[in-house]
Amino acid sequence: MKKNNNNIDRGEFLRRLGAGSLLASAALVGCGGNREVGLSAGVKEIPTDKMTYRTHPRTGEKISLLGYGCMRWPTIKTEEGQKPQIDQEAVNELVDYAIAHGVNFFDTSPVYCQGLSEAATSEALKRYPRESYFLSTKLSNFANSTRENSIAMYRRSFENLQTDYLDFYLLHSVGGSMEDFKRRYIDNGMVDFLIKEREAGRIRNLGWSFHGEKEVFDQILAMHDTVRWDIVLIQMNYSDWRNARGRNVDAEYLYTELEKRGIPVMIMEPLLGGRLSNVPDHIATRLKEQEPERSVASWAFRFNGSYPNVLTVLSGMTYMEHLQDNISTYAPIEPLSEEEKAFLFETAELMLQYPTIPCNDCKYCMPCPYGLDIPAILLHYNKCVNEGNLSKSSRDENYAKARRAFLVGYDRAVEKERQADRCIGCKKCNPHCPQRIDIPKEMRRIDRYIEDLRQGKEF
Amino acid sequence: MLRKLRIIFAAIFFSLITLLFLDFTGTIHAWAGWMAKIQFLPAVLALNAGVVVGLVILTLLFGRIYCSVICPLGVMQDIFAWGGGRHKKNRFKFRPAKPVIRWTIFVIFCLTLALGFGSLALIIAPYSAYGRIAQNILAPIWQWGNNLLAYFAERADSYAFYSTDVWIRGLGTFVIAVITLLTLAVWSWYRGRQYCNTVCPVGTILGVLSRFSLLKPVINREKCINCNLCARNCKSSCIDVKRHAIDYSRCVVCMDCIDVCNKGAISYTWRREATQTADTQGSASQQQTEQNKAEQGKGGEGISRSTFIVTAGILTASAVKAQEMKLDGGYATLADKIAPPRRNAILPAGSLAARNMAARCTGCQLCVAVCPSQVLRPSASLTNFMQPHLSFEKGYCRPECNKCSEVCPAGAIKPISVVEKSSTQIGHAVWVKKNCVVVTDDVDCDNCQRHCPSAAITMVALDPKDEKSRKIPAINTSLCIGCGACEALCPARPFSAIYVEGHLSHKTI
Repeated sequence: MKKNNNNIDRGEFLRRLGAGSLLASAALVGCGGNREVGLSAGVKEIPTDKMTYRTHPRTGEKISLLGYGCMRWPTIKTEEGQKPQIDQEAVNELVDYAIAHGVNFFDTSPVYCQGLSEAATSEALKRYPRESYFLSTKLSNFANSTRENSIAMYRRSFENLQTDYLDFYLLHSVGGSMEDFKRRYIDNGMVDFLIKEREAGRIRNLGWSFHGEKEVFDQILAMHDTVRWDIVLIQMNYSDWRNARGRNVDAEYLYTELEKRGIPVMIMEPLLGGRLSNVPDHIATRLKEQEPERSVASWAFRFNGSYPNVLTVLSGMTYMEHLQDNISTYAPIEPLSEEEKAFLFETAELMLQYPTIPCNDCKYCMPCPYGLDIPAILLHYNKCVNEGNLSKSSRDENYAKARRAFLVGYDRAVEKERQADRCIGCKKCNPHCPQRIDIPKEMRRIDRYIEDLRQGKEF
Repeated sequence: MLRKLRIIFAAIFFSLITLLFLDFTGTIHAWAGWMAKIQFLPAVLALNAGVVVGLVILTLLFGRIYCSVICPLGVMQDIFAWGGGRHKKNRFKFRPAKPVIRWTIFVIFCLTLALGFGSLALIIAPYSAYGRIAQNILAPIWQWGNNLLAYFAERADSYAFYSTDVWIRGLGTFVIAVITLLTLAVWSWYRGRQYCNTVCPVGTILGVLSRFSLLKPVINREKCINCNLCARNCKSSCIDVKRHAIDYSRCVVCMDCIDVCNKGAISYTWRREATQTADTQGSASQQQTEQNKAEQGKGGEGISRSTFIVTAGILTASAVKAQEMKLDGGYATLADKIAPPRRNAILPAGSLAARNMAARCTGCQLCVAVCPSQVLRPSASLTNFMQPHLSFEKGYCRPECNKCSEVCPAGAIKPISVVEKSSTQIGHAVWVKKNCVVVTDDVDCDNCQRHCPSAAITMVALDPKDEKSRKIPAINTSLCIGCGACEALCPARPFSAIYVEGHLSHKTI
């Protein structure tokens, strides 16, 4: 790792340069209209009619393999204390582009983007006929799980989404414990209520999204016989397939169990919130050596798409370049060979050697009541891990450079009053984290490391 | 030639001294810090005999070149006067000296200083007046420029520049700085060095000495054609062409007259040719020049080189809607911290005692300018107006830092090592029950205890009878050094639940 440091910078630079020129040429192609070959002949056109579709086993509907996750819509920066704002124009552009290239699945939740996601998504989608796309949202009754509040939340989703039916409706993030599941969905009669709603045709598919314990997964899955689960949303990617971190269950187990019962699978976190696209330099090199013309992220998408029982892979695409990259991966998909899968599993093992914190930047932990910017702190830490700027010892060869990069970058990434030293350890965040990160513990660890850097201590 | 030499030296001194106030990374101080330490008034207050003697000898040899080269306020006025000269040529004329006003001001200045209202008197002190202008007016401009570079650096993924917080440390001091700048700009634009020759106490003292200086500009009667060109270009209005005499108490040896005289009638010399003024020659000898240079070279020792990180604070935060669901993302709104009323001001370690600070500090703001944690700020109270004290709304006095003690030219903050500082008690922490989040929010919190560098805080049960009781901080004041880590990092807002009360005399624990 030490030896590689100069290379990391150069590699990173080249990678960015590459991405930049790709983007620039894409823009040229877009503006140029009918010009057949863009100025750079190496850039592949993104086809509008080659999207891979999967067939819903029960209804026979064709669903695009790439689904749009509406958790990370672009936002407009607002002043402190002002209401958050979604960049609706950018959202419309993204949705237009996605639909034009064959994407027909959109997944949201009442709590995403500080509660603005549903309305923003429907604002963009209402310009298209309702039957031309599939809509999925969730019952996110975390804070108040009374029947009244849950039903109110369910009805509000119809209003926000300006629709009279939902293609998919999911019990949001179950799996922490059976007690929690019972409290949110059984004791208040919500599952029964939703089954009736399905009979009435207002819900086409009923299912749940899962984060948590294997035993809870098994028990909820066992309800299939009585409830009939139409869909399950799981976290799956080549890193979690066999080496799920924290208290996550290996995706291989989840997928196999669902496939056995013929329940189609929806995928979330295909990229682990970017952790499978912003990888350490030598991992990126390794992937590029195999497929020099494909992006790092494309490996993760091809992996998920290689499993036939996967109905759609949700990706929270904030930027046009992410959307374009993912469309080119799935239009059409080129499934991985067994050798390629083995190669990816090896890669996943190599990545485990990097002590990143498994934060996917979902922001469920936010807002922290004491003002911390938890995801920004963790993401900065991971960035430094990947870029080789986390010093194991103050005698490291590149210590001075790594120290400056860590500290200057930290102050840029996180406002001073929202940094790790402000964490009081109230633990209010922990129950919200789908990845089961012990956030206060990590905050303290990072704070101690930063103190060592600031004080120039020897370690 | 001599004029050019003067301008070159003045430019070097002026820009480096200005940089001392602008450079928040502390790099310039390592090799230009001595320039602040050879300033006259701070050296007098610091009882720095070497520098004072050196400056006296310098003046006895060359006249008031201190005022033309070393004093940043003097050079600043020269810049304005130069502007005025571009606007209207040959605009000065000989004016008689105003010894009564000059000495009255000087006596009042000394009396105020002696009576303990030094901070008010020091409003007219040249070096600290310039320091206030540099720190309050120039530094923000410099920092905005830096922040612009940092903005681009961030986008280029470079760590060469980091953003820094621009804010007014003290309104009173800021107003004084603005008034000083505007007054002097107008004054010197029209009247050149009149401020230096009537108001400035350093000018008055050096003026006494410069009358006896070895070298001085002298008018040669034979060559002089009484054209008055020199007098009309004399910023000090001190050339009396009729008598072919120069008032050396006011002359700042800028050499402008020598340059402007096209008959070559004025020369910088020790001869007394054709002058009527009968100044007796000072007994100083040339060999002291060497000694003088050695004195000047001294000041810069012992300044360590280290970089500190000032925090960038670009923020966009948003309020959370009160709803029946917990929404994902967004930030809790943070109320700005407000400084609690303190019985005694907290003074930086190294200042020894409030009395020492009051007696020595010239209010130049150099310590305020270099404080990387944004802890130091000028006082607004009348008794120690413009003198620094600590407050912890933006950070705390960090254990690895002793910047203020390194830069102080006046001995108000004496050099102190970080090790000494870690055992110097400048105040003690006080817990305020009604603000503590353990009580108000019913949560666990031990942030003060975890960040205390001297382990002066232990967590004890809020209710000793209850085994599961939440814990509150108990402060061992004999261990507390008053660094403010607890106050700065306390989650209670706007008033922290733990704050530091200053001590009048510092002690080693």
